[in-house]
Amino acid sequence: MWYVMGKVRRATFRTSIRSLSLRQEIMKWNGWGYSDSRFLFNKKGQAEFTGKRYRLSGLILPSLKDWFEGTFGANLQHRSPATPSLNLSAVAPPNLNQPFVEDLKAAGLAVSHDPEDRVFRAHGHCLHEVFALREGRIGRVPDMVVWPSCHSDVEKIVELACKHNVCLIPYGGGTSVSSALECPREETRSIVSLDTSQMSRILWIDEKNLTAHVEAGIIGQDLERQLNERGYCTGHEPDSMEFSSLGGWVATRASGMKKNIYGNIEDLVVHIKMVTPRGVIEKSCLGPRMSTGPDIHHFILGSEGTLGVVTEVTLKIRPIPEYQKYGSVVFPNFQQGVACLREVARQRCAPASIRLMDNEQFQFGEFCFSLILLNFFLLKNFCFKGFDPQHLCVATLLFEGDRGKVLQHEKQVYDIAAKFGGLAAGEDNGQRGYMLTFVIAYLRDLGMDYYVIGESFETSVPWDRVLDLCRNVKERIVRECKERGVQCPPLSTSRVTQTYDAGACVYFYFAFNYRGLSDPVHVYEQVEHAAREEILANGGSLSHHHGVGKLRKEWMKESVSGVGLGMLKSVKEYVDPQNIFGNRNLL
Amino acid sequence: MFSVFIQPRHPVLKKRDDFEDVLEERRRSSDLRYALRCYTPTLYKGLVPCKASMLKSIVLQSDHLQYVIKQVSSESGDSAECVAEEASLILDEMAHRLQLSTIRFFAFTLSKAFKRLFRSVCVNEEGIQRLQQAVQEHPVVLLPSHRSYMDFLMMSYLLYMCDLPLPVIAAGMDFMSMKFVGEMLRMSGAFFIRRSFGGDKLYWAVFSEYVKTMLRNGYAPVEFFLEGTRSRTCKSLTPKMGLLNIVMEPFFKGELFDVNLVPVSISYERILEESLYARELLGVPKPKESTSGLLKARRVLSEDYGSMHVYFGHPVSLRSLAEGKINRSQYNLLPRYIPQKPRVDTHEFLNDAAFRLVRIQEENMVLKPWVLIATLLLQNPDGLELSFLTEQTDWLRHLALAFGAFLDWPNHEACSEVVSCSLALHRHLLSVSAGHVQLNVTDAPQDETTPEEAVFHRAVVVLSCASYRNQILHVFLRPALLAVAMQSANSNRKDDVYNCFNFLRNMFSNEFILCPGDSVQDFEEACYLLMKRGVLQVLEHEIVMSASGHSTLAFLCSVLDPFLQGYQVVCRCLCEETNENLTEKEFIPAVRSFALKLILAGRLKCCEALSSDLQKNALAALLRLKAVRKVKVGDQVTLKVNKIAVNSLEDTLGGKIPTLKPILARL
Repeated sequence: MWYVMGKVRRATFRTSIRSLSLRQEIMKWNGWGYSDSRFLFNKKGQAEFTGKRYRLSGLILPSLKDWFEGTFGANLQHRSPATPSLNLSAVAPPNLNQPFVEDLKAAGLAVSHDPEDRVFRAHGHCLHEVFALREGRIGRVPDMVVWPSCHSDVEKIVELACKHNVCLIPYGGGTSVSSALECPREETRSIVSLDTSQMSRILWIDEKNLTAHVEAGIIGQDLERQLNERGYCTGHEPDSMEFSSLGGWVATRASGMKKNIYGNIEDLVVHIKMVTPRGVIEKSCLGPRMSTGPDIHHFILGSEGTLGVVTEVTLKIRPIPEYQKYGSVVFPNFQQGVACLREVARQRCAPASIRLMDNEQFQFGEFCFSLILLNFFLLKNFCFKGFDPQHLCVATLLFEGDRGKVLQHEKQVYDIAAKFGGLAAGEDNGQRGYMLTFVIAYLRDLGMDYYVIGESFETSVPWDRVLDLCRNVKERIVRECKERGVQCPPLSTSRVTQTYDAGACVYFYFAFNYRGLSDPVHVYEQVEHAAREEILANGGSLSHHHGVGKLRKEWMKESVSGVGLGMLKSVKEYVDPQNIFGNRNLL
Repeated sequence: MFSVFIQPRHPVLKKRDDFEDVLEERRRSSDLRYALRCYTPTLYKGLVPCKASMLKSIVLQSDHLQYVIKQVSSESGDSAECVAEEASLILDEMAHRLQLSTIRFFAFTLSKAFKRLFRSVCVNEEGIQRLQQAVQEHPVVLLPSHRSYMDFLMMSYLLYMCDLPLPVIAAGMDFMSMKFVGEMLRMSGAFFIRRSFGGDKLYWAVFSEYVKTMLRNGYAPVEFFLEGTRSRTCKSLTPKMGLLNIVMEPFFKGELFDVNLVPVSISYERILEESLYARELLGVPKPKESTSGLLKARRVLSEDYGSMHVYFGHPVSLRSLAEGKINRSQYNLLPRYIPQKPRVDTHEFLNDAAFRLVRIQEENMVLKPWVLIATLLLQNPDGLELSFLTEQTDWLRHLALAFGAFLDWPNHEACSEVVSCSLALHRHLLSVSAGHVQLNVTDAPQDETTPEEAVFHRAVVVLSCASYRNQILHVFLRPALLAVAMQSANSNRKDDVYNCFNFLRNMFSNEFILCPGDSVQDFEEACYLLMKRGVLQVLEHEIVMSASGHSTLAFLCSVLDPFLQGYQVVCRCLCEETNENLTEKEFIPAVRSFALKLILAGRLKCCEALSSDLQKNALAALLRLKAVRKVKVGDQVTLKVNKIAVNSLEDTLGGKIPTLKPILARL
């Protein structure tokens, strides 16, 4: 079901520098995703999505313009285009540690200090990072890039880094949204980006135990495709899976859309191998669970590149499900929708994925993707039943498994939904909802062409606080924008994306028109900061799966207590006393 | 149209809105048609419409109440059903049954009544507009000042008039006992709470859940009196925290994004209950609210009560108030339905917020010229020549304005005109003969009165008059404390003056609205105001009186004089009291007869020492300063007096001991 990735052959052996940068060539240097895929308003003012990779590709979206102008008060006449290409002279010359470089070369490792390679690995996808790139502003970037191609290469690199005291920053898919990849300004040593992309092989598959041993540099969609060829899947599908890597998932405690069946990354891993300055950390067997003191995996999971490089992971795999079915339910309002999700969670009958969008997002989907034909019919129907288009919201569902069970499961969920006033709204709507997930990140780039900036962020929260948290955070965003001189009311919307026994994961999308602001990114950051404070004040967590990075570091102590933070620090102190893994995330 | 323009005298003073007389329209068109007009109030944007009966079941089914029911049942051994039944009864007793028809009835009758009672009812229209906005945005809590029974009738009347949602009002249970009227009030939105239910967990749970449910749903603005009860003295009372905590909690716990707190200042040119209050303060118990009593009050309808002013203050956002002071994540680790006692910081915040809100009420209270005249007449018990009174009033007017008083002084009218108008309206309190104006204190009403009765009659007039002076006390309070401090410090050194100031402020913090912890701020404010006025020069370490400042300082000292004297009387009484086991109940009669004796003996001139309000406040201060302790003996609470401490407090108040440090140290 995934999208054709184009003719990219991943290098599996030591390769020339050119092939190392292949990925870089097909991807944008200053925006999300593939260079050939982007939203634009054509001469007629209609939005279209270019390229051939996605189901939306090549489609014209006639009403996106109205939604866009209406929601943000934006105007297609007012453009804020990005710098067309990277100005190489803006990149500071590398601060190389020559003996280290010599030793790497002697060991036969591929390295580069080409400015484009360095800039490409100097950022994730936080708004401020992308905004700076679009404006052609380049901050501190790694001084060189090294591409290990296997576990022992990594061991060698880490050993040399310790020897020559250089700073290593592991780089996987580059999809971080926590400023995790930003080079710390205070770092004076040579910074080396350790790119794991060449470590992308599936080393073995064990069909007896249903596990696969995989190199950590593999990108999500490649892993899934290759396993699919063998009849298996991991079922781990974070929204970034086209670009994010297995090692990155482990390092940030990633969560997948279908975690209800397959679990989050911490449930999926059986074994992790990580190279640290102290040596390699791993368990001695592949036992499914152990009582051997605190689980050492949990020092690795979420360590955000501060302790070492994850090189190989043994993952659980599952046979590809026989049957998959999308679905959607429309609720009269968000409250009812949340109540339904809560009940589904209580009965522990959540489908592979269940997500609830609020009214603003519903309207967005409605407008942008011209679901008019279908929805005309639906809306007419619903309005009859007392649904108010200004309040209704929609849940999208994905069922997986064997056919009979899926159908049975589907009925169970729709029955529960009916108790909360939910009406089934068809498979297509559901599928479109999930499709949107992958293109929504491209939309941000479109917005940025027209003075609109935005971002999403997430949290997890107990069930009884979901509604209050959503309302308060949305309102806080609106209020903060107003106070900071944003002219038009911002888009401030939320969705519930995961259900758990004791709570839910909630996503917020937030965007505004920044015309008239002298420092839009600063305003944006202040608003996001305020929104996070609001989340914490309402009983939400600091992060459900994006991680802490440097963006949310200031709240770590409050989140895990001083003692907790001290424990983590002492682990860091032991494992990496020289601070070789000096990205300064988390702690 | 009648409107008043208050010109700010200097930039720090707030710009206040203009007023409009709402009765004017009523005098021109049909009251009946008005009462029956289409009423479409602006509503809260998040309103979940719900009927009064529905509200009840939401409250009874709430997690919070269910939790407390289980808790109470396991503690008491009664079955949960039994406790639930009790909760339901409490709620029945409490709940309002707001009905539009009753409101219409009131709209009609009150229109008639108000037109007879008042020359005008002036409301700041901008305040109404702000409220209209506020009501849509967030749930609203209305916090009117409380001087008269009229207050909440007037509030609902005005809100109806302005197409605002009708408030639900926390009322004391005493009203409910009034036949018919209690029910009428209930149907116009009042809900009734017992005066004391300290330990009753279930009652508290029902009550707080009821209020919170209404607030959370944005059902209606919740209205209550921060001061807890009507102020008999027209001074603002120390605010009560209970209800304020209840209405704030939904915000603390994230159930509401924000709550708009709207202080409302209601001021009367003449209070309906004027002499009733004075009698009550002198120990004639307040008549139990009864319907027949109310009917007798019909007599009041024939009198002229001048004008009335209602000022809707700026809505105060609870969120901004709590910013940086309340860490809301403290509520993260406990399910929100489990009741939690406010933590220390929350308590401090509540206290601080309550004081600030009351101060806003004070600041927006409209003062009539009579208030100035009453102040002068009280300071001159032997009376004044009318011309001198006029001159003094004009002087005082400028002083008051310079200190930021919200004075309703008629435009383009000669001062003498204004003074004689005021004297006419309050003629029952004074006598004017041959250009000499005097409070009605000397002529005994009947021949065969005992000396005690004569004092009593005099005191009624003085206390009635004091209730007008009290309205302006908040304007003069801080400079007056400074003036007295300078006098008794006997030194120009700033620290010495400040120490005295702080002592006095501490002593009087039950008497006046003085935010705890604002001592330095208050001192600076006082210095600033007096400096502006040219009364003082404040140097780095010294405070020096200017040559021209004498009269102002003397005036300010006399403002506080009755209180200084009154407190000294209380202290003296406690020191001379021979009964070791003086109970709390015996305290007021004891002080009263002590003061009476002093007055009869000619050793005390100040009748205000007879006021039970002053006596209670003085006791509260002594208890707070630990000069007196309460000891529980059996069912009675007795007062243990530390005579040395009380004695030295008395001396200090009398300015006898120049240095304060030893006393403060002993306290």
